[in-house]
Amino acid sequence: MIQIDQLTKVFTMGENEIHALDNVSFSIDKGEMVAIMGPSGSGKSTLMSIVGCLDVPTSGSYVLDGSQVEHMTDTQLADVRNKKIGFVFQQFNLLSRTSALENVLLPLGYTGMSGRASREKALKALEMVGLQDRIDHHPSELSGGQQQRVAIARALVNDPGILLADEPTGALDSKTGAEIIGLFQTLHKDFGQTVILVTHDPFIARHTERIIRLADGQIVADAPNPTPLKAGTPRPEGED
Amino acid sequence: MLISQNFRTAFRGLTANKLRSALTILGIVIGVAAVVALMAIGNGATSSITNRITSNGTNLISVSAARFRPNAGTPSQFSVVTYDDYLALKAGLSNLSGIAPAYQSSYDVKHGNQNLRVQVVGATNDYFTVHPSTTVALGRNLNTSDNSQLNRVAVIGSQTSSDLFQGLSPINKLIKINGVNFTVVGVLKEQDSSGFENANDIVIIPLETGYVKLFGANAIRDGKRVLSSITLSANSADAVDGVMSQTDAIMRSAHKLLPTDTADYSVSSQTQILSTLSSVTTTLTIFLGAIAGISLLVGGIGIMNIMLVSVTERTREIGLRKAVGARKDHILFQFLIETITLSLIGGVIGILLGIGIAAMFTALGLITAVVSIPSIIMSFFFALAIGLFFGLYPAFRAANLHPMEALRYE
Repeated sequence: MIQIDQLTKVFTMGENEIHALDNVSFSIDKGEMVAIMGPSGSGKSTLMSIVGCLDVPTSGSYVLDGSQVEHMTDTQLADVRNKKIGFVFQQFNLLSRTSALENVLLPLGYTGMSGRASREKALKALEMVGLQDRIDHHPSELSGGQQQRVAIARALVNDPGILLADEPTGALDSKTGAEIIGLFQTLHKDFGQTVILVTHDPFIARHTERIIRLADGQIVADAPNPTPLKAGTPRPEGED
Repeated sequence: MLISQNFRTAFRGLTANKLRSALTILGIVIGVAAVVALMAIGNGATSSITNRITSNGTNLISVSAARFRPNAGTPSQFSVVTYDDYLALKAGLSNLSGIAPAYQSSYDVKHGNQNLRVQVVGATNDYFTVHPSTTVALGRNLNTSDNSQLNRVAVIGSQTSSDLFQGLSPINKLIKINGVNFTVVGVLKEQDSSGFENANDIVIIPLETGYVKLFGANAIRDGKRVLSSITLSANSADAVDGVMSQTDAIMRSAHKLLPTDTADYSVSSQTQILSTLSSVTTTLTIFLGAIAGISLLVGGIGIMNIMLVSVTERTREIGLRKAVGARKDHILFQFLIETITLSLIGGVIGILLGIGIAAMFTALGLITAVVSIPSIIMSFFFALAIGLFFGLYPAFRAANLHPMEALRYE
């Protein structure tokens, strides 16, 4: 699904060059559930934006679903984001003046799909996240957990190859956070959805089957997690 | 992305900030309303002046005194047209339906304790022939014996009548013009008065009576009786040019001018005045429209300003839209449609307001404003163009935002 080879991203700040990513190589297969973990400043956000085709690397190669991404034009990247990647953000990023259904319909509008077919797809996605009764509610009328579910439905609506979640539980309390993590696990197990969780939190990362640790722009560990935590497991004491 | 979907998104964005949207379109509303109203008022002024002139008959030719330079380099002098010129023209011209000499000056006119300053016109009964719109509503016209017998009689305008007599019948009442008693024998019908002077505030007396009893030394120069103007009426529109050149020849010989001398009088036809006036009013209308157009431009800058603020405020929304697959052109059109919607709503409200202002001017009797369809179409498309032009820059700014940076924007 994802093959990343010797990926480097350099930002120029005044006279300083900052190597946000330095020679990073890894690959993720279809159907995996992976956590990309690291403290802030480790380069995980930069990696997420490149994996999510929001940005292009300075050097190295990135093959997504068989196509070379790093030299694509803005328009091609927009198309890839639309069809192959579903984003879930910490702050949900829902459009506040539109209903849950319309929020989920948003990506389909850019696909060029409209009318009955798109409405059916959106309803199906909302059903997958358990919000079929809330389709006409505006974000302000929904709880944080429900808002994040709408965001997940929006990410799923175009049947993307990858669900890319950036600190998806960061703005939620631990109980609601566990529900969201549980939803990701269900999507992974029951629907074979490829899920990438980007987080700074080792406890959240342990809910996945593989953990890639980043520090200072390099991968310091990449190991399978044979016993992923079940969603709802209480957080061990002393760990935050 | 469907166009209708785009318009819905734009509309939602605008209604979210109703007060701001309203204030933003105010500039366009005022600009468009000003264009429509001012053009309507300008057009109304043009057509009312034109109507007034043509209602007097288009075959009129006027001979009047002119400023002239006898020789190059000498100071200009003001000549006079005399009663003798009138007699010479009357004897020499053919193809006329009327020739009316007139001397006019303003005097204090009194009745009881009412005192007005009014234009007093000394005229013969031909005055009514060449000015067909000047007719008597009450009483009688001046006649030839009024002039020959030096009768102290007057025909007064409707406005003068109501000012002096407060609604009572003025017929056979005495008025004092500059202290001289005159008997009112007639009242003129009310006339369209949207010209340069009020045609209803006038006193007409017999010319001979005026020379003998009222005008005094002012109306005599070098022993000759002075006229303010001689109005000729050609018997057909085709005859106007011929009459004008004949008039010119007679006047030159009457004033004993050499062929090289410049004319010390002026001969002008109604059609000349008409075309001059309408070109003046057209220029004025365009000028007014241009000033109003500047306010439209200012309105456009207001729209651009607000759209830039809106793009900044909605940076995260733009980031999200890009993350879920919006291309640059999607974002560009989204914002462009928003500005176009703003300016179109402003344009439509402005057009309605402009028509309302024009109707108000008409209702108040200030001027009969004529709203022209081209001015509406023009200002509508001008508003659209303003929206497009001033919307482009903010829309490009939005479209070119980097998706990652836009998403992280706080």
